[in-house]
Amino acid sequence: MRVAEKTGKTVEEAINACLDELGVEREKAKIEILEEPTKRGIFGIFGTTPAKVRVSYEVCPGELACDFLEKICNAMGVKAEISYTRKGSNWFVDITGEELGILIGRRGDTLEALQYITNLAVSKEMAERVRIIIDIEGYRQRREETLVRLAKRLSEKVKRTGHRVVLEPMNPHERRIIHTALQDDNRISTFSEGEEPNRKVVISLKRTKEIS
Amino acid sequence: MKELVEILAKALVDNPEEVMVAQSETDKTIHLQLIVASEDMGKVIGKQGRIANAIRTIVKAAAVKDGRRVHVDIDQ
Repeated sequence: MRVAEKTGKTVEEAINACLDELGVEREKAKIEILEEPTKRGIFGIFGTTPAKVRVSYEVCPGELACDFLEKICNAMGVKAEISYTRKGSNWFVDITGEELGILIGRRGDTLEALQYITNLAVSKEMAERVRIIIDIEGYRQRREETLVRLAKRLSEKVKRTGHRVVLEPMNPHERRIIHTALQDDNRISTFSEGEEPNRKVVISLKRTKEIS
Repeated sequence: MKELVEILAKALVDNPEEVMVAQSETDKTIHLQLIVASEDMGKVIGKQGRIANAIRTIVKAAAVKDGRRVHVDIDQ
């Protein structure tokens, strides 16, 4: 929620000052009159008290995220369409356009950085915690499919050779995709080792006594 | 590049009016110095520099087009 409090000679003037500061339309705002102006003095000059109002409005995390990312894209000289959808307390922001590779980065590094900063920037404006998940040109979906395929292929190799396989370092989200992809395989166990940001998933055979 | 760092920093700090970015450049490298209020240092650096690194990642992505290296320093 964003709030502004202002005083003015009239209630109307104070409200307009608040709306200006917040940059919001009157229909979307909640207006409370804290103090009516009084004119007690001679000719209304002496001893007057001004009007005091509080104007507030609920900001939408999705809109905040889109506005923020639009500014970033402009500053980076990237043309993109940005939209959002809501699922519970998760806000999914979708960025589409041409040549968005630089927004994704190597293995999604830049995308992760954008998502992290956007979450911080939006959370700062909100009373409760929200989660923003950004996808660019369907990258996350494609990456997930790639990781699931990789996990299945490597698990077959582990079963064939009996040797464990250590994957390249991944972020928590990507590691979870690998764990989840193999959790129902009763001959395979997966775990992570190493410290962030070099934490890696290991795929190995389950020891025989664990299988039963 | 300077504008980008300003947008990122201003969205994170409590005192956006105190955010300043100084830019100096050579043929191959752009140096950006981000200055924020001392109480906002944590907001742009983060635990183990996580926020600072995210800012650097985004700024580097923007510099890829120019084919130049970018260096971001943070000061109070």
